[in-house]
Amino acid sequence: MAVKKFVVGVFTDEEVLFPAVKKVRSAGYKLHDVYTPMPIHGLDHAMGLRETSLHTAGFIYGITGTTTALSCIGWIFNSDWPVNIGGKSHFDLPAWIPITFELTVLFSAVGMVLTFCYLCQLAPFVRRHHFNLRSTDDQFTMVIECTEKTNETELTAFLQSVGATGINTQVAETGWWLGRYDKDKTPFEHQGNVLA
Amino acid sequence: MSLLRYESQVRSPLVDGDKDYHQVTEDIIRPIEAAPTRAWWIGFIISVACLLFGVVSVTTQVIYGVGQWDLNRTIGWGWDITNFVWWVGIGHAGTLISAILLLFRQQWRTGVNRAAEAMTIFAVMCAGQFPIWHMGRVWLCFFIMPYPNTRGPLWPNFNSPLLWDVFAISTYFTVSLLFWYSGLLPDLATVRDRAKLKWRKAFYGVAAFGWSGSTKHWQRHEALSLVLAGLSTPLVLSVHTIVSFDFATSVIPGWHTTIFPPYFVAGAIFSGFAMVQTLLLVTRKVLNLKDYITMEHIEVMNKVIVLTGSIVGVAYLTELFISWYGQNKFEGWAFAQNRVNIFSPYGWSYYLMMGCNVLSPQIFWFSKMRRNLTVTFFMSVLVNVGMWFERFVIIVTSIYRDYLPSSWSTYYAPSIWEVGFYVGTFGLFFTCYFLFSKFFPVIAVAEIKHILKKAGESYKDKMGDLEKEPVEEFAHEYAHAH
Repeated sequence: MAVKKFVVGVFTDEEVLFPAVKKVRSAGYKLHDVYTPMPIHGLDHAMGLRETSLHTAGFIYGITGTTTALSCIGWIFNSDWPVNIGGKSHFDLPAWIPITFELTVLFSAVGMVLTFCYLCQLAPFVRRHHFNLRSTDDQFTMVIECTEKTNETELTAFLQSVGATGINTQVAETGWWLGRYDKDKTPFEHQGNVLA
Repeated sequence: MSLLRYESQVRSPLVDGDKDYHQVTEDIIRPIEAAPTRAWWIGFIISVACLLFGVVSVTTQVIYGVGQWDLNRTIGWGWDITNFVWWVGIGHAGTLISAILLLFRQQWRTGVNRAAEAMTIFAVMCAGQFPIWHMGRVWLCFFIMPYPNTRGPLWPNFNSPLLWDVFAISTYFTVSLLFWYSGLLPDLATVRDRAKLKWRKAFYGVAAFGWSGSTKHWQRHEALSLVLAGLSTPLVLSVHTIVSFDFATSVIPGWHTTIFPPYFVAGAIFSGFAMVQTLLLVTRKVLNLKDYITMEHIEVMNKVIVLTGSIVGVAYLTELFISWYGQNKFEGWAFAQNRVNIFSPYGWSYYLMMGCNVLSPQIFWFSKMRRNLTVTFFMSVLVNVGMWFERFVIIVTSIYRDYLPSSWSTYYAPSIWEVGFYVGTFGLFFTCYFLFSKFFPVIAVAEIKHILKKAGESYKDKMGDLEKEPVEEFAHEYAHAH
């Protein structure tokens, strides 16, 4: 977890944000992230993010559930404790379909949600630095990381030219830590100016 | 860009009034931040009182046994299983709205999905109570779970529909809860970031899991919602199918029917939508959310009610026809004498069911009725009364006359403790719903913002200009928009 310096540009309209993201990228600035109050389709492509593989994970969890159900019931009814139920077959596949289906769905859903939380590092008591508190309300916040080559004044002017309505510089922790949002203690010494 | 949001002028707006993103946040979050109203307190206290009555009833039953419910020899399933099926049915609308309508790209779902999903979870919680307490020795209820044990190991019967039910209901509850809560995360973060009070910052800070609104997180969130919707769609159909198997796989006349799965699912959606209407009509008024739960939403849900009500009607008539056409003496008797015969002991319940579920929703063929709030509210209650009687008819009229005519004279009426248990689940349901409406956003804020510029009234008005655009220009813009 590192403390870095960021230039933060606030946008109020996603129609301005889209071309701005493209321009910032082609100008060679290091785009840290864009925070938005709702999902914006196509923004991930504009930022050059790769597609998520979460669905593949979901499929793998799903077939794990299918195999678990079939192998457990099969083993129990055929080998561990074969009960004669009305003289029916011990390998009674049609009757196992409901439970197999339910376990497939259960494994897939639970697995995917846990994977989602793990990938996004979401959990109770996880704290992050929020560059702009209104990016969960009505503003779109573009955060650009300052490297050794970045000229801050130039970058500020550039952001202004692409349509950012508010620009500021913040020193922030990039990772997450455990804490509570009602306590202002942050894990690093130099706290940047947080937008109200 | 404007093209990406273009939606035909023919469609009515889904968000009324001149709203921008901030206004949406304000409108939906404000009731959470304000002190609870007097109406909220009155409702909440009544709910808690009902819940306590339920606790007392259940305690009595646990101490003295299931005999407290006045079940008798032929009627081993009375109000309790009726209530179980009724509550599970109600629990179907939420996931239907959030999952199936998401896959069908029905954007009106955004106004009602959050509350409907919450309703689903609370209804399934209520439903689960009945089979659990009906077991009698409730302290041994974990015996239904398959786990290596010292009793053999003795496993549950995986070929039994009652065990399928355990898996279906618990999976449904878990998946609905995950779906609901993962959708809530961004909105809880909105409440957290606006919070001024210390406890609110702490509470929503924990509840929002540190959500930041990062684009990558949104991308994954969208993928997650879509796949969960894809999983929930067959799941929601499977749950009531499996509940219907509890009856259909038996050899009781009146239950042993192949039509049960689709008939139960249609009935479940029917009663679920009615309950959503009941709750949302009150919620939109009390929390002043008329711009988000519009007449449009209410009308669309009434259309679903008339559709599913008619499907249920067709199912009733089909099973009646088959009971004659099948020429099975016992099946024919169960229908002709126990149900259709109005002078039979429970004949009245069959006609009550028919009247409430099949005839009354037909008034929704008229647009004026669909858009009338009083009629809608009255109908939504009537439908749920009717659907309760459907389950009562299926259960009680099929088993009160068994194969042994000497046991026919016993007439079943529930005891005060069985009624109290039912009242208690209402208490549980509404206590949860009142807490939810006070502490959580009842409308999916982020999802409304997502459709605002497409289906919001003030934005739709501006789209008229786009329609005047020449076709070539439109095509050019379309080709370059992606």
